Amino acid sequence: MAQAINVEDLNIFYGDFLAVEDVTVTLQPRSVTALIGPSGCGKSTFLRTLNRMHEVIPGAYAQGKVEIEGQDIYAPGVDPVNVRRRVGMVFQKPNPFPTMSIRDNVLAGVKLNNKRLSRSSADELVESSLRGANLWEEVKDRLDKPGMGLSGGQQQRLCIARAIAVKPEVILMDEPCSALDPISTLAIEDLIHEMKQDFTIVIVTHNMQQASRVSDRTGFFTISGTGKPGHLIEIDETEKMFTNPTEKQTEDYISGRFG
Amino acid sequence: MSAAPARAASSGLLTGSGASERRLPWYHLLVTALASIALAAVVLVLLDSFSIGALVVLGYVLHLVVGYSYARAREGRRWAADRLVTLLVLGAFAVAMIPLVSLLWEVVARGLDKLLNPYPGYFFTHDMAGVVGGMASGGISHAIVGTLLVTLGASIISVPIGLLTSIFLVEYATSGPLRVLGRGITFLVDVMTGIPSIVAGLFGLALFITLTGDPGIRIGLMGSVALSVLMIPTVVRSSEEMLRLVPMELREAAFGLGVPKWLTIVKVVLRTSIAGLTTGVTLAVARVIGETAPLLLTVGALPLMNSHLFDGRMQTLPTFINSQYRSGNAVCNSETVTNPITQMQYACSTTINYDRAWAAALTLILIVMILNIAARLVSRFFAPKLGR
Repeated sequence: MAQAINVEDLNIFYGDFLAVEDVTVTLQPRSVTALIGPSGCGKSTFLRTLNRMHEVIPGAYAQGKVEIEGQDIYAPGVDPVNVRRRVGMVFQKPNPFPTMSIRDNVLAGVKLNNKRLSRSSADELVESSLRGANLWEEVKDRLDKPGMGLSGGQQQRLCIARAIAVKPEVILMDEPCSALDPISTLAIEDLIHEMKQDFTIVIVTHNMQQASRVSDRTGFFTISGTGKPGHLIEIDETEKMFTNPTEKQTEDYISGRFG
Repeated sequence: MSAAPARAASSGLLTGSGASERRLPWYHLLVTALASIALAAVVLVLLDSFSIGALVVLGYVLHLVVGYSYARAREGRRWAADRLVTLLVLGAFAVAMIPLVSLLWEVVARGLDKLLNPYPGYFFTHDMAGVVGGMASGGISHAIVGTLLVTLGASIISVPIGLLTSIFLVEYATSGPLRVLGRGITFLVDVMTGIPSIVAGLFGLALFITLTGDPGIRIGLMGSVALSVLMIPTVVRSSEEMLRLVPMELREAAFGLGVPKWLTIVKVVLRTSIAGLTTGVTLAVARVIGETAPLLLTVGALPLMNSHLFDGRMQTLPTFINSQYRSGNAVCNSETVTNPITQMQYACSTTINYDRAWAAALTLILIVMILNIAARLVSRFFAPKLGR
């Protein structure tokens, strides 16, 4: 189920502006890769190219190769819709659909795609997804209530349930805890730990403690100045990155001597 | 018990000027208002030009001075300014309400009687077949049906075109050559907003004369086409605003689940904004339902029921009001008038044409009001649910 992602010579643009330059990296299957770095260095931009969400922004595009299971998702003829069904995404701000109940939010990937599901298999999918997101016990009695009525942390776990309900191979998380309190953050970090049994997870975070807690490998992005493209400086085992990084820039950033 | 003095003391500390900066209860305003009105009454009686209108206006102006000075003396500068602005805002509100209330009052006072007599519903269920002179009969069933059909036709033409245009502008015209095209369309829509309604009527007339070659052609559908020229820009503009209000995060959430763009638009963007879209369409309908000039040119007038939108002249409420009012006072030579078709006798009334015009105007207002209420209900039903 979970797949490795091979990225080769990836350049990412916003119109004429080169935002991230020349990334070559392999993201391991069934593990958590954290991406850290200062604001504006292109970690989120890079993350969004892994399921072709980057090009949703007017004028934005990427050049290079991103291979999932040996298939280049930027090859001509590849439908971004199919890529996104295999590579799910959780956003910075919890974004449940305001017109839908909790149950419908979980089933959104199925329902919005006009697919039919029998009542019993839909119930099963809702329960397994909500259990997968550690939310089942909290909401099982109010599945028909609006998803927007949940707390911020619950909404974010609902979004995770919604993402895993379409059974992707990879899950991308763009600062999933930045809008949450420490307890909700802990709940989601525990969840990430469990989820890596089944998924390849890539998470962008500003919180280095979080990176060290949840990830197996950590990548460090940075920019040399405003208006210059971001680079992937180094990626390695998380423990090594936080204790003995190879690059001086990484060490400076992690030890707080950056900027 | 001890809270009040403690609070007073602390507010004295906070304002730094003790008793001079404190808020007096609202009825002080009432007292100064009564005093001002009494003063105004005295002045007007002394000038021997007393009238209610003059009393209200002079009393209000005096109160601006009296109320401000009183508050200035008792409450301090900041609260006095607050009182003054409150008075000015209330005054502006009252001025704005005068035309609205007097219009409603006038229409109800003049039109209600005809809606209820000879029995409620008579006026809505009869047309003007065989009604001549001052005959106190006849109704507007044909005009109601005509107005509803012509407006429905205009909506059926305008809503899809307007909605699809706004979807194109918001969802597709975001970059490259499509963006340039979108700019052009926005410009043309703005130009269209300013088209005088009579020009839209001439357009509908000319279009159908060109198509059929018959210069005397009058069809209900022509009116729908003419009205849709006026309605499309309104629909485009309001829908565009509503679609832009849908947060980008919701679109991205759907894209992230592998939902194609068109399904995202149909099931997320339109579904989320449907409340606003309904309101926009209703406002557009309300905008065109009272149009007279284009309908005079394209639909014509007819005293009989014609519910066929694609064939022949129709009556509509605005043109009915226009023609009735233009007929003026009827001449009554005897107590009763006989309907030449049904041979029934009716009482003669000299003011019957005006009565029908006002009653039809009231009906038109009622129709727009019902549409508005229906739209409110729809938008409440579809609004995103935020409750727990």
